[in-house]
Amino acid sequence: MSAAVDMRENEEQVLHAERAFGFWIYLMTDAILFALLFATYIVMLPGTAGGPEAKALFSLPRAAGETALLLVSSLTFGLATLAMLAGRKQAVLGWLAVTFLLGLGFVAMELSEFAGMIALDNGPERSGFLSAFFALVGTHGLHVSMGMLWIVVMAAQVMIKGLTVPVGSRLFRLGLFWHFLDIVWVGIFSIVYLPGVM
Amino acid sequence: MEHAGIGHGHSLKNYLVGFTLAIVLTAIPFALVAMGVLPRTTTFVIVAVAAVAQILVHLRFFLNLGFATTPRENLLALVFAAVLIFLMVGGSLWIMFDLDYRHGM
Amino acid sequence: MLGRLTIDALPLYSWVAMSGAAVTVLGGVCVFALLTWFRKWGYFWTEWFTSVDHKRIGIMYIALALLMLVRGFVDALMMRGQQAFALNDGGYLPPGHFDQVFSSHGTIMIFFMAMPFLTGLVNIVVPQQIGARDVAFPFLNSVSFWLTAAGAGLVLVSLVIGRFSTAGWTAYPPYSGIGTSPGVGVDYWLWAVLISGVGSTLTGINFLVTILKRRAPGLTLMRMPLFTWTALCVSVLMAFAFPALTVVAALLGLDRIFGMHFFTNADGGNMMNYANLFWIWGHPEVYILILPAFGIYSEVVATFSGKPLFGYRSLVYATAVIAILSFTVWLHHFFTMGASANVNAVFGMATMIIAVPTGVKIFDWLFTMYRGRIVFHPAMLWTLGFIVTFVIGGVTGVLLAIPPVDYLMHNTTFLVAHFHNMLIPGALFGFFAGVQYWFPKAFGFRLETKWGVRAFWFWISGFYCAFMPLYLLGMLGMPRRMERYDIAEWQPYLIVAAIGALLVLAGIVCMVVQFVVSVRNREALRDGTGDPWNGRTMEWATASPPAPYNFAVIPQVHELDAFHDLKARGLAAQRPEHYEPITMPRNSMIGVLLGAFGFALGFAMVWHIWWLAVACGLVMLGAVITRACNDDAEFTLSAEEVRAIEDQRYAPRDGATAAGVVS
Repeated sequence: MSAAVDMRENEEQVLHAERAFGFWIYLMTDAILFALLFATYIVMLPGTAGGPEAKALFSLPRAAGETALLLVSSLTFGLATLAMLAGRKQAVLGWLAVTFLLGLGFVAMELSEFAGMIALDNGPERSGFLSAFFALVGTHGLHVSMGMLWIVVMAAQVMIKGLTVPVGSRLFRLGLFWHFLDIVWVGIFSIVYLPGVM
Repeated sequence: MEHAGIGHGHSLKNYLVGFTLAIVLTAIPFALVAMGVLPRTTTFVIVAVAAVAQILVHLRFFLNLGFATTPRENLLALVFAAVLIFLMVGGSLWIMFDLDYRHGM
Repeated sequence: MLGRLTIDALPLYSWVAMSGAAVTVLGGVCVFALLTWFRKWGYFWTEWFTSVDHKRIGIMYIALALLMLVRGFVDALMMRGQQAFALNDGGYLPPGHFDQVFSSHGTIMIFFMAMPFLTGLVNIVVPQQIGARDVAFPFLNSVSFWLTAAGAGLVLVSLVIGRFSTAGWTAYPPYSGIGTSPGVGVDYWLWAVLISGVGSTLTGINFLVTILKRRAPGLTLMRMPLFTWTALCVSVLMAFAFPALTVVAALLGLDRIFGMHFFTNADGGNMMNYANLFWIWGHPEVYILILPAFGIYSEVVATFSGKPLFGYRSLVYATAVIAILSFTVWLHHFFTMGASANVNAVFGMATMIIAVPTGVKIFDWLFTMYRGRIVFHPAMLWTLGFIVTFVIGGVTGVLLAIPPVDYLMHNTTFLVAHFHNMLIPGALFGFFAGVQYWFPKAFGFRLETKWGVRAFWFWISGFYCAFMPLYLLGMLGMPRRMERYDIAEWQPYLIVAAIGALLVLAGIVCMVVQFVVSVRNREALRDGTGDPWNGRTMEWATASPPAPYNFAVIPQVHELDAFHDLKARGLAAQRPEHYEPITMPRNSMIGVLLGAFGFALGFAMVWHIWWLAVACGLVMLGAVITRACNDDAEFTLSAEEVRAIEDQRYAPRDGATAAGVVS
């Protein structure tokens, strides 16, 4: 009966609207989490314990590179979203792949930054300031890595199930997540790297 | 194809405008810090303003938030989170720097 | 292979520890044995453990809470016993035990008794009160429960393998840091709190979306029952406050495991930031505990006075104001940490202001009772006991809000008396009232009242005996958490307090008797109508116990006190001509899996069994990904099946009354 099918579709729409809203609330709680990590970082700026300060540790070119990668990846995810709305499966997969690679580049640069600092004995156990830095930037990097894992899962879903309503709904939430992480990064370069280098 | 929960206004134009604005709002603070031509306090202020502006750009052009297009609850949640962040971060900084001052750190 | 876990972890170092471990192990073994002997594993697995039904999950939450109430109360008896005798080393507890006992008492009562209790009540009632079929995210609901259970499991297992923390329920560094607490205790605390905290955050998100999006047609916000309003505010608090707890516990964990310096004494650490971050969570948390109780009192007072609530709007606004202001007062938990007078004054003023809306509520409840026809049902007794006793605690709170006064009272037993005065008559009495009130809705038969009344009188007299002396002791200068003391003047008060604890024990025994007697007499106490108290709100429209889908037809709401309104219009007992098929969520074992592996992950992290921790983490990740790829999470009840269930509900009545006519 078409009335029952319509009702079923309506229920599905409502279900996915609720999930998008619930995910948005989760992002707001994540914003609070990051805000507290930012506050901790600022409070612990003086806690260098005789070790290196920000100026000695941060590299503006690397921060600029990471920023560029993440910002472009936000654009490419947007293009994936547009492809999904247009129902173009291959384009979705393509843009998801590009986004993943840009994210991979970002994480690689960050890991190399961390490794370099640790090699010089400037790891998170060196001082309170460094602990706070690693916690804040590391948490963001972990979120990005989780996002990348999610991209892989979604690519698999798109390949196997196609651009169904549930798949589209999940892609939409992944988009919210990915853009949110770029917003947090704006905070990170504005509060950690730029003032650190000044 | 319809997707519940996706706001209107998803368009290539939106993403490109947002991207361009974001690049500008990133380049300015980076350049000012790299060149160091302005006094420290002024640079700080510009970095802060650019950051806030860029966050708004992301919200508007990438997340498609808009007063007309986004459900009220979503906007309310965002405002509420912003207020709490202001209270928690502002309160923490006030308290902790006050304690530092009095404990002579 | 097993990290730092060795045979030394067994509690063979004292008879107290051994008996505690023995009881825990015996309890677990008994449960397993009973389930196996009666062949009930299949039943519990399909009907309860893997259920995503909010009513089932709510009952499991409350069962967990009641179990942990007994566990935490044993701690209380031990403390009162120790302090009654501890003049000049007269106590019976070996050194270090008392510290574990007060730490586990607080941790259990807040995280694993009060939180699950209120979450359980909200779970059972709120979807029914708003005319919904379930919460917005039933699967996440199950995950939340099992993560909470995993945390509780970690605390229970700490009694058997290793020790619990001695750092108090707040685990302040530097004492809780790896240098001064190198053992596993603080780690048990940390992981229990982190894992269950994720569950609480998810619950907050779940109910926020449910209440905002799943209300029946016509149910505007200003027509919602007060319990739903408090649930909404509590959801906001849970969602937005718990991130602070996650941050502070995680940072402490990083300090302890990786040698970082967030809260260390040297190397750039900032110990005071711990208190700051902890209480940013901690203050909203106490409002999470109290607001649902306020909601319950509102419902009970209205129902058992036979009148609508006085000042509905003011009650709603007061609740919302309390919720928002709860984020502005957190420094009052550390007035004495050394902030300047300006900082202390601002937070002190905010603390006094937050007392005002609660005062408004007290008056609203009193005016509701005025000229009502009061029924002294146990739920009403708990409410009356609350109104009188809570005001005392509230007044002492306003006293403590004055920073110079707090300098004298901080960390004395005056403070201990104050917060127990808030939590026991405030929160716990409310939850007990909720159980007495909603038990028939959940199980289909009422609780008999005689033993309920006795339980109340034992509890309230026990409370006064146990805690009023503590106010006086605080003013005499006795600090909290004292294992022994040498001031003879204090002992008589502490003996009275111990008698109070024994009275409460009698109260708990009465509650157990009440339950047993009610189950035995359940046919006589059967509630066939779904509305045993002539209730005013929509949960009384469903069957007792409700069908899995709550409402066969979603009700249309016209007024505040929606069910009372429907009854007045003669629409309450009508059966529809026509039933529609209903979509229901499927059961899922993934919640149980996440809880079980969450428990194992926590255990592995405590004992530094890194390979196990990684393996558990991967399994949990795999489970989440599996769920994320699942597009077949629902099934449909056909219209005929719905009709059959509804026929069963109305069968005994249809013989006596004509269909469609209210009896």
